[in-house]
Amino acid sequence: MQGVPLSWYLILSAILFALGVAGFLFRRSIITVFMSIELMLNAVNLSFVAFSYQFKQVDGHLFTFFVMVVAAAEAAVGLAIILTVFRNRATLNIDEINSLKY
Amino acid sequence: MLDTAFFYAFALLVLGGALLTITQRNAVHSAIWLIVSLIGVAGLFLLQKAEFLFAVQIILYVGGIMVLFLFVIMLVNLDEAARERQFRGRWWVALGCLALVAAETAYFVIKGRDAFRFAPRPETPASPLGNTEQLADVLFSTYLLPFELASVLLLVAIVGSVVMAKKRI
Repeated sequence: MQGVPLSWYLILSAILFALGVAGFLFRRSIITVFMSIELMLNAVNLSFVAFSYQFKQVDGHLFTFFVMVVAAAEAAVGLAIILTVFRNRATLNIDEINSLKY
Repeated sequence: MLDTAFFYAFALLVLGGALLTITQRNAVHSAIWLIVSLIGVAGLFLLQKAEFLFAVQIILYVGGIMVLFLFVIMLVNLDEAARERQFRGRWWVALGCLALVAAETAYFVIKGRDAFRFAPRPETPASPLGNTEQLADVLFSTYLLPFELASVLLLVAIVGSVVMAKKRI
């Protein structure tokens, strides 16, 4: 058995994902909620790479790569939405932003 | 042995950064701790011989997405937001969900402890190519269509975000 066992990576990934979920549910600021989503995506990436390393195939790396690309697109669009919402409502509290249109 | 030490160091970075990300009051501090967490994940990629993803993680996440986050935090005025209550009222729902997930994870980890041991794969001859070359070989043959779709997705995202963020087209 070489190096660190797979289960450690999976447990680390699960804890990281749980922290992301906690941030997503706890926080009020929309920007921090967004950062929690990035945390969850990273947790998934970590387990993809761990499995890929275990099975000595590069497919997991490619999935991680695509997840990163989608995360970049999502961040760009999401932050543009945040800017627009802030311009219209002057707040970023997700409890007050509860409709898409007046 | 050294692997284990590095794993613990990077895991500490990842989890500490994540914990501080979701608890810090100031959004800029949150973003900085998220960068720490992302760098920890990059270190774990390197530990698993994913050099290409290590570079992409640093360049794309830390250099791209997080800078975008910091720009938006600077553009919106968060001084008032930092003063008001940061956490939502229904925290007990979140705690319940977390406890459920933790119990489930612990149950399956303990129950399936033996299932984590996979049969060792037959020794393949070590490829002379590096990680990046191997990735490129697969990416531009098997995964060519998703690759092209990803480029279209990025184009749409760029156009969409410009249209949304601009005051007047």
